[in-house]
Amino acid sequence: MFRRTMIMAAGLAVFATFSLAACSSNTPSSSGSGSDSKPTLVIGSQAYYSSDIIAEVYAQGLENAGYTVDRQFDIGQREVYLPEIQSGGIDVFPEYTGPLLQYWQPDATVTLDADVYSALQAAVPDGLRVLNEAPATDQDSYVVTQDFANKWGLTTIDDLSKVTDPMTMGANAEAQTRPNGPDGLLKTYGVSVGFTPIQDGGGPLTVKALQDNQIQLAIIYTSDPSIAADNLVTLTDDKGLFLSSHVVPLVSDKVDDTAAGILNKIDALLTPDALIAMNARSVNDQVPASTIAHDWLADNNLN
Amino acid sequence: MNYISAAFGWLANSAEWRGSTGIPTRLAQHLITTGIVVGLALVISLPIGILVGHTHRGSGVVGAVAGAARAIPTLGLLTLFGLMWGIGLKAPILALVILAIPSALAGAYAGIQAIDPAVPDAARAIGMSELRIILQVEIPLGAPVIIGGIRAATLQVVATATLAAYIADNGLGRYLFHGLEAHNYAEMLGGALLVIALALILEVVLAAIQRWVKIRVTNPRSSRRTQLHT
Repeated sequence: MFRRTMIMAAGLAVFATFSLAACSSNTPSSSGSGSDSKPTLVIGSQAYYSSDIIAEVYAQGLENAGYTVDRQFDIGQREVYLPEIQSGGIDVFPEYTGPLLQYWQPDATVTLDADVYSALQAAVPDGLRVLNEAPATDQDSYVVTQDFANKWGLTTIDDLSKVTDPMTMGANAEAQTRPNGPDGLLKTYGVSVGFTPIQDGGGPLTVKALQDNQIQLAIIYTSDPSIAADNLVTLTDDKGLFLSSHVVPLVSDKVDDTAAGILNKIDALLTPDALIAMNARSVNDQVPASTIAHDWLADNNLN
Repeated sequence: MNYISAAFGWLANSAEWRGSTGIPTRLAQHLITTGIVVGLALVISLPIGILVGHTHRGSGVVGAVAGAARAIPTLGLLTLFGLMWGIGLKAPILALVILAIPSALAGAYAGIQAIDPAVPDAARAIGMSELRIILQVEIPLGAPVIIGGIRAATLQVVATATLAAYIADNGLGRYLFHGLEAHNYAEMLGGALLVIALALILEVVLAAIQRWVKIRVTNPRSSRRTQLHT
């Protein structure tokens, strides 16, 4: 009985210590460490593993340049963290151009990269801005197997019109009525395909169905490691069927020109392949985001 | 309350009742899937359950296996089978068969095992073969409980068969998945109401069969005489 009480007390003490530690690190640090020194920047990320990796790259890149960084990662979805950013609680956040634009302008109709970026710059509220967008994207895309692409000579979605065999698209049920599903494909590109629901969001069941030729076309995220690992080909979307979604840092006014310069430099190097490679290390090898970010920065001489 | 009326509005929309993806087609697909699954589950579980109940051997093992099988998450099993055999109906049907077996199996052996041992002994004493004892004594006497097991299995399957739409263009689950993702809650709730209606109809039918069989067993004279009494 006594031992159990002791263990419980010890457990409580440990728990309390961690809670207190968490509290203290949660307190937004005011830039009180002298007017000369660089401000502490709070960096956030979505509750999404790839967002964590990019946030960690930003964090370490800034730390390497002498900034103090407070990491506030895994903060749910936009409805949760954007109000926090707008109220000044977070200074740097890895975002995605298209979906961020749609958050502020739900009726926005632009989909192509350049249009989305300029519309986004105009839509950002006062006190915030977006820095340069990275070449890396994280968006829905049509994907086929390498064999299928070779057989019909496919590189763009437009090329699908060359396919004379009947095709079936596999994706989550919502795609059936959304603009990026069979209806949108027919309307924008004039290509008609069948549809079968696969509810794993472009996961292993979808990849297997592609490889078994049960479906010929799937909707998978452009940054998904399975695209490289399973020999899949992303078809280029010239007509903007999918909403362009490039990685872009959303930052507060506390991010000075030097810090912005560092983030822009990182973004210039953040290519689609680089993002896929980092995502793959997380998904396939379970490497922590901090290690992935550290290695990538070192490889690009940003350390 | 708005959602409920919206769901009934969705159900009342005649466009939803037409075509190859209309409600009648989905209902039929759902019912056929349920029928195939329950049929396969019975083919596997009834012989085993009846044999275990008859011999009074292996009930521990069967009970343990059936109990453990109840704990298997059907969606996990479906994904596993899907990765083995690809998309389509095969994976959901097998996952659902495994869902249905425990209830049907438990009903079968419990129904037979619960019979007073004096009854099959008496049948044996008048010279009936073991097969005749099973077919003409034990199955009729255990029938209400056996059907109870089938009833429980059917109810589980008809509700869970919505998962078929996870990897196949099939059944009422299509409305649930699509409604959820497209934020069309009228469709989602409408689909759920259809599943509930189907489950209730099957439940009422099977409960009626069970009651009728029970009356036959407990009060044979109230219905046609069974062979046992000739």
